[in-house]
Amino acid sequence: MGEFKVHRVRFFDYMPSGIRALAFNGDTERMAVARMDGSVEIFHCSDRFFQEKIIPGREQCGIEGLSWVGERLFSAGLNGGITEYDLTNQKVKYTIDAYKIPWYTFLVGCEDGTVKLFEVNEDKIQFERNLDRQKSRIVSLSWHTSGSKIAAGMMDMIQIFNVETGHSIHRMLADRGVGTSRSKECVVWSVVYLSDGTIVSGDSVGMVKLWDDQTGTLIKSHNVTKCDVLALSVSQNEDSLVAGTSEGTVVQFQFVSMVLGKDDKEWVRTRTFKNHTHDIRAVAEITTAVVSGGMDAQLVVKPLLDKIEVRSAASALRKIHFPHRRLVFCARNSGLMLFQYPGHLELWRLGESEGKGSSLFVKRNPEKLLHLKVKGEDHIRCSAVSPCGEWIVYSTASSLRLYRLHYQRFLFLFFQISKLPKVLSSANQLCFSSDSSHLFSASTQSSVHIVSLSQSGCKFVGTLKPKSGSHQAIHLLAASEDGEWLASANSDHEVHIYNLQTRKAHCTVPVYSSAVTAMGIHPTTNCLFMMYADQQMCEYSIEQKQYTDWSRTVQRKGLHRLWMERDTPCLNVMFNPQNPSHVILHDTYMLCIIDQSLPLPDDKTQFYNQLTLKSLTEDQRKSHSHAFKVCKTFKDILCVELISDQSLVVVERPLEDVATQLPAPIKQKKFAT
Amino acid sequence: MATLYEGYTLCGVGPVQNSSNIGILGVEQGGDIDHVLVTDTSRSITVYKVKGVTSYAINTFLKQGQIISCPAVFNTQSQEYVVVTDDRVVRVWKEDDVNLEKAFKATVSADVLKVLSATDSEPVVLFCCGAVRFLDSLLASPQQPMEDVLTEDEIIRWSTIVKAEHQLVILFSTEQRGEHCLYVQRFNPNTLVKHRFETEPGLSAPISFSATCRGSNIHLLYLYLNGSVYESVLPFRSSSTGAEGVQALSRSLCLSLPLGEEKLMSGAAVVLDEAHVAVVGFPHPSAGACKDYLCIWNTHFQTLQASKEMAGRIYSQLWCYSGKLYVPHGKMLSVIPFDCQKSSLAAAMGKQKQTSQSESKSCRFVTSWTSQSCTDVTQTTEIKSRMSTRNVSDLSIIPTSAVEDVQAEVGEFIRRTPQADLQLAAGRVALELVSRSQTDANFYPQCAFLLLLETRYLCYSVCPELLSLAMVKKDFHLCQIAFQIFSDIPEAVTCACLKTILSTPDLEMETVNLDMDSVIFMKELTQAHSRSDEEGGQLNGFCHPALESDVSDTPSNKLQRDPFALDMSCPVGLHKGALLNEVLQTAYSDRSLLPHLKDLTVPQVIVFLQYLRFLYLKYSHDAHKQIRALRTPSISQIIDWVCLLLDAHFTVLAVAPEAKRLVFDLHKFVRSQVKLYAELGKIEGSLQVLKSSKQSEDFGMYAIQVIELF
Repeated sequence: MGEFKVHRVRFFDYMPSGIRALAFNGDTERMAVARMDGSVEIFHCSDRFFQEKIIPGREQCGIEGLSWVGERLFSAGLNGGITEYDLTNQKVKYTIDAYKIPWYTFLVGCEDGTVKLFEVNEDKIQFERNLDRQKSRIVSLSWHTSGSKIAAGMMDMIQIFNVETGHSIHRMLADRGVGTSRSKECVVWSVVYLSDGTIVSGDSVGMVKLWDDQTGTLIKSHNVTKCDVLALSVSQNEDSLVAGTSEGTVVQFQFVSMVLGKDDKEWVRTRTFKNHTHDIRAVAEITTAVVSGGMDAQLVVKPLLDKIEVRSAASALRKIHFPHRRLVFCARNSGLMLFQYPGHLELWRLGESEGKGSSLFVKRNPEKLLHLKVKGEDHIRCSAVSPCGEWIVYSTASSLRLYRLHYQRFLFLFFQISKLPKVLSSANQLCFSSDSSHLFSASTQSSVHIVSLSQSGCKFVGTLKPKSGSHQAIHLLAASEDGEWLASANSDHEVHIYNLQTRKAHCTVPVYSSAVTAMGIHPTTNCLFMMYADQQMCEYSIEQKQYTDWSRTVQRKGLHRLWMERDTPCLNVMFNPQNPSHVILHDTYMLCIIDQSLPLPDDKTQFYNQLTLKSLTEDQRKSHSHAFKVCKTFKDILCVELISDQSLVVVERPLEDVATQLPAPIKQKKFAT
Repeated sequence: MATLYEGYTLCGVGPVQNSSNIGILGVEQGGDIDHVLVTDTSRSITVYKVKGVTSYAINTFLKQGQIISCPAVFNTQSQEYVVVTDDRVVRVWKEDDVNLEKAFKATVSADVLKVLSATDSEPVVLFCCGAVRFLDSLLASPQQPMEDVLTEDEIIRWSTIVKAEHQLVILFSTEQRGEHCLYVQRFNPNTLVKHRFETEPGLSAPISFSATCRGSNIHLLYLYLNGSVYESVLPFRSSSTGAEGVQALSRSLCLSLPLGEEKLMSGAAVVLDEAHVAVVGFPHPSAGACKDYLCIWNTHFQTLQASKEMAGRIYSQLWCYSGKLYVPHGKMLSVIPFDCQKSSLAAAMGKQKQTSQSESKSCRFVTSWTSQSCTDVTQTTEIKSRMSTRNVSDLSIIPTSAVEDVQAEVGEFIRRTPQADLQLAAGRVALELVSRSQTDANFYPQCAFLLLLETRYLCYSVCPELLSLAMVKKDFHLCQIAFQIFSDIPEAVTCACLKTILSTPDLEMETVNLDMDSVIFMKELTQAHSRSDEEGGQLNGFCHPALESDVSDTPSNKLQRDPFALDMSCPVGLHKGALLNEVLQTAYSDRSLLPHLKDLTVPQVIVFLQYLRFLYLKYSHDAHKQIRALRTPSISQIIDWVCLLLDAHFTVLAVAPEAKRLVFDLHKFVRSQVKLYAELGKIEGSLQVLKSSKQSEDFGMYAIQVIELF
């Protein structure tokens, strides 16, 4: 089918940030994840854990706890603020200073030993009162479902407060460890108050303890680990409990009857999972799986096989390492790459090669042209580089900056465009037109602002507004090669297509149940090709406002089982200008070229057939080949981009490299090492 | 085996100064591998190109009155010849300068002893006073003063240069009032170490030296007039600085040459390779008084490998360059090409390692020889002199007495003679017995031979005629014992024996009294066959691949086609089989055996092949593992012989109608094996691919690659 020159890039030092807190919203099936760098991400649990929303963090913003109240998400951080998030526009709504808070929920435990109670109003939260002040720090808190009692984990003890009176009802002392750890305080890292009055605690001695809140006595204690038990989580119907340890293990307890048929139930330790290399800082049990996250920065979804009836993509262990957004952008026509780090941007020029063979001699090494630090404390939300490589734009939650680069033979000029139109104050997504003459900036309420760019500066042209009136933020933009069309996708799974000539909404693609993960407009046919989180693909003819025949064939025949079972979303759609029937896709583990002129594979055909085809002759290949040409040479792909000289840029971030940059995990004795 | 080929005369040797042991000044390696530089004691230096049996020469003459002081050498670095005339004049010339007078010359300040040159390094000039200079530094300032290394009356007797790993070492031996020393001059850093040769009463100075470099050591071999060849090992790089004074040179006896009655005057030895030494001037052990022999000895096994008679007077000179020996004798300098293959015995030891039991047995005499000779050198020499007189007197009855008397006398002799003496004595006795048996048809003392064999001090080289005598007399018992004990039987003799065994009818064979062990093995082997037949097949359901593949070929005559169920009866008698087993276990080298195997007739080959196939089938059915026997041929020995036989007789077998089935069966078998190996190869290949695909290539941070999608 063809050869591609590939620039394999591994110098993008992207480091995912460690996971600090998890909060599961059972009603909306959303999982909120807070990271060490202060960013909050929303995953859609029933849509293959697609990362729907990302709220970037800021410098010095450590989140200690996350909590849903209805559909509202709150976090509490070490800097003493309680933050509510605007999930529609994917930004921080407001922050209230609650004075040195490490922990939790509108009832907030403070480092100074107070538990503060807040009332959640319609649009704000309001401080109500303090409970009795304690001598030691409050590390963890948990409400009883009745709302009248609170359990608080502290140093060496657990206290139960009556909310009404604000007085402590019981004090339960947690044992310190034996031996040398005797002198160290026992930190109750986590408490869970069950509705039947049982309090579960996890502490730094490695014990999971069950207490009775009536008598304030210990019912049972399980020694889970030699290290700390850092996180606890109970399932919604309170029959299962998971504990995360600093060894990277998740231990499950289940509330089962000891004698068959009798009602006499007890908490029994049942399963242990080890999917992490580092501390687990947060666990959550969702309907069918245990989700855990920790210092190794990966979100692990371990399905509980007893709750799953059919084997499907949902029954497989899922590890999410990288964001489901693009962090690398390529200037197609000038061989430049823009790397988006949380706090800075890097612009690189690709190397050059000469010679022939499977591995070419690198004549000129890639060079770093620019290191652009973000002004202010906010982290970058989105960025883009224009196809010609002359414009760079990035946006944080509070500001948007546009830069112009100018290359001469030996000279490299770089300056910021100072006077920006007011609409360009912040963007959810940014995109340049293919001739680099316009910048599209996705704004609030699913609208897109158009700004024309020229030597002299930039000028506001107009705003595109969807007909539907959706308020969700746009996370994908795609402009057509001829400058006629612009497509936008938002978190409501809506895809709007605008005519750039008339600056009017042209049409809306029928809404599909899964989120769009990548899309692109075909340069010759002007068909919009979309990839969905559930691995489906659609091709929609913009001019005819309907799905293409090929797309219908795909839907009718269905995609191959192995294609559907992949567990990372496709993150980019490209087209090969030399061969209009080729669509290039990639996910974290593979690069795929779909040849629309070839027959689709059915479940009986060999899907990954590149090795077979390689061994066949030219004539035999024809009868064996099918539309999906999957190349598995690359691993841990962050980005694949086709640049104008027909070569591919593959940016890899090997997980081994990430692992080496992580802090050392707790030392464990391993046998035979 | 080493071989001395037909030599020829290179040049005449000039008039000899009386009493000196020097025929010509020297033979040195020339510029090319087949060029030698002969320096005559008269005034000529000649470059010979020695190729095949021809040679051509370029002469260079000196003017009347000039004397050549040392052999001319060739400087391979500058492609120039160097010679010293009149003790102090160094002359350097190129190949095309015929007239030496026009050549470059320089007069140095001290008497030069010798110019030493090794390939690809600067020549070194050794002065009579012991000082050493590189030629180029000397020519740069010829008049530089020379330090006296040696004392006044110390005279250098011999010197050489050894080169390895770009490091030069100069060795020279000196004499001073009857005391002999060896100096080792190393360069970079310059160190001079003095060693003292051990002297013993009755031992004069070494008469000939030969130094070679092996590994990181210099092996210095030196010959005494009493026939002892000693070896000393010197480290190439010395750790000592020479300040520790004179050290005694540790030595080990590596060869004791037999001496004749006459007193020796001269002789020379040169190392050919690790195991071989060429010696000139010492008598042939079985050729009597005539001493003028060039012999190649194997030092590992103390055996004479080849010899050649040299006419005329022998000098204490012998050179060896690129596979040719240069021997001055009489009035000529002869060139004798030689070839030292790894000796048959050495190869044999390698081959026999497969059968560990037999090895330990057959090697015993070798080990005892060396251990004995190493431990007590002086004693050996003493004994030797004693023995040579006694032997003759004790066994003087051999040429005349009746068989019974001789046998009794030999028995008595063996009992009486101490173990240490027996080693040499047994050979002499055997030789005498054989020589009488050859002349007297009625005389054949079998018991005496067996007794001598049982001492295990005999080997083929000691008494070569014994085995052929036994064959002539059809004494297969003796043959069998000899085969078991001798580990150095030449391939030609092995083949001759094989031929005799194969041509002897089975009936005649069965009457022969053979070693019980081997007969029992054969019995068991044939019985195992009938037993497994009764059981009706293989024990573990083994099905040969040939079976399956053959069915598809011609399903009609299925019974006929199974080569491995057929012919499980032994094609030869038990005793013949036992003898053939002995032949299979002899040591041989393929190259030498092959031409002799061609002497076998076609029926003999077929019978032998059938027997080998029978053995192989038995072995592949694991029959032999149940049989306890001391000496059994190994499966690789069997296969080797099959291959050799087929190689030697393939064309004949291919056309002989009676061999058709046999060859066909063997072909079948080979085909199935090839198929099996092809399949194994495929598996190996795919496993390799699996392995390599697992290794992810590490290309660092950035690479530009080309991927191909299909």
